[in-house]
Amino acid sequence: MTLLSLSHMTVLRNGCPVVDDVTVNVTRGECIGLIGPNGSGKTTLLRAALGLLAARGDSSLATLPASERACAVAWMPQSREIAWPVSVQTVIALGRIPHLPRGARLRDADRAAVDAAIAHMELEAMRHRTATHLSGGEQARVLIARALAQETPLLLADEPIAGLDPAHQIATMQVFASLARGGRSVIVSLHDLALAARHCTRLLMLDRGRLVADGPPAQVLTPENVANVFGVSAFYRDTPQGVVFQPMELTG
Amino acid sequence: MRLAALLLALVAVLFAGSLLSGPLPVSAGQALVALFGNDGTPLAVVMREIRLPRALLAVMIGASLGLSGAAMQGFLRNPLAEPGLIGVSGAAALGAVLALQTGLAASFALALPLSALGMAVVAVLLILMLAGPRGASITLILAGIAISALAGALTSLVLNLSPNPFAAADIVFWMMGSLADRSFTHVWLALPFMLVGWALLAGLGRGLDALTLGEDAAQAMGVRLPRLRLALILGTAASVGAATAVAGAIGFVGLVVPHLLRPFVGGRPSALLWASALGGAAMVLAADIAVREIFPTRDLKLGVLMALVGAPLFLHLIYKTRKELP
Repeated sequence: MTLLSLSHMTVLRNGCPVVDDVTVNVTRGECIGLIGPNGSGKTTLLRAALGLLAARGDSSLATLPASERACAVAWMPQSREIAWPVSVQTVIALGRIPHLPRGARLRDADRAAVDAAIAHMELEAMRHRTATHLSGGEQARVLIARALAQETPLLLADEPIAGLDPAHQIATMQVFASLARGGRSVIVSLHDLALAARHCTRLLMLDRGRLVADGPPAQVLTPENVANVFGVSAFYRDTPQGVVFQPMELTG
Repeated sequence: MRLAALLLALVAVLFAGSLLSGPLPVSAGQALVALFGNDGTPLAVVMREIRLPRALLAVMIGASLGLSGAAMQGFLRNPLAEPGLIGVSGAAALGAVLALQTGLAASFALALPLSALGMAVVAVLLILMLAGPRGASITLILAGIAISALAGALTSLVLNLSPNPFAAADIVFWMMGSLADRSFTHVWLALPFMLVGWALLAGLGRGLDALTLGEDAAQAMGVRLPRLRLALILGTAASVGAATAVAGAIGFVGLVVPHLLRPFVGGRPSALLWASALGGAAMVLAADIAVREIFPTRDLKLGVLMALVGAPLFLHLIYKTRKELP
């Protein structure tokens, strides 16, 4: 079943294509890493897919009415904004807004979703703390949990693991991978190619707005692609402990 | 829930206090009899025609200012926002000043508030035109500042060119904001606008909660921002425009009340809406009692007292914000 289909998405900014003719289909059970250098159009592509940005081409999500779309996809933006000193639990419960009838309080199913999201992101200990008093990495985990609590078939996250410690980066990628094994799908933009190689089932590689590679990590992270797009050489080996990927040197 | 009960009780007590406050000393029992008996005695007239509308207006205006202040802060995600920000109160004041200056105010009872409301409508149309249907919140702020400045400049111009010192004094006193000598005519004029405004603002809770996470996240959660913004502007304009039209400019309520109550509702913008409405009502009632009790013989203006109390509270807010920053 298709959760998202983008066909010939193009976003122009001042006449220049920031996202250039991208066509992608996302089915159930995929953990997709969206990779590319700074300014390659990762955020723009995700926002255009959600319909938050005017774009040419078709996105199956952008055409949905706002309330239906909120039940089909959750979005964690790159800017980690928590405007008011609310508790961690309250922030995460905001993810239930699309499911609540107008003016209703949280029901048992909503509380269960919030509890599950807290458990996934290991936030039980800080559940009642004020979210704005947490560190940046902790806030990021709270916001990931917020998106998880929305319990949508598809989750789009823009650099969710930037600024997290190694343990929580791995734990977060494992949460995404386990969501995918459970039949949901995740598209996550990230700069850590090693984590992308290890945990994603599929990678989308963007370069100057164009989708230059789309497939399993081994097919996308080829020496030519990595050199052409990122300008680095890299070490790639499939070991018994999983894939090891390490960027090495700048290429000419 | 305990907060709601507490605030309701506070409003009820202050409402009773407001009814008992004034130059004519009455006991609670006498007041009650006069209020409900309608026996035609002078006391009954005082209670029913002077003190009751005054207390009612204090509640309505306080609730309008508190509610719209909470909504405005929630929408802009800024604790320093206040309902006057979109320029409606400044424009309403200009309307009233024009009515006073031209002598229109003396021609019939409702000339002044109607003129004020008219200018508030003009300001809303201007701000909708300037800020556009999809504009970001920053354009709303800038448009509001521009309209406030223009209204302020025109008000100064009217004062400047006023040939009549008595009219000028009238204008200055009116602009200080007061609930003295208001009647049920004012209540009935303001109430429909305020009811519409309250209904529009009360429906914003869910969207404002979602906005805690920023505009992008809120939109992805199904919040239609252009619609929310339109409801915010129209709701604030209707309730605050009507409040300014009948009572003049009363500042600081919309700024200070949401700030004071935010910790008690756990910071949630939706819960802050009703809490600030009740808190605003209590604050204006208390201030209106204070202006009658502190200088019973002098006509101390409500807006002046509010600014005297509000400004130090505002300083405290700045001090606290500074301490919380790293």
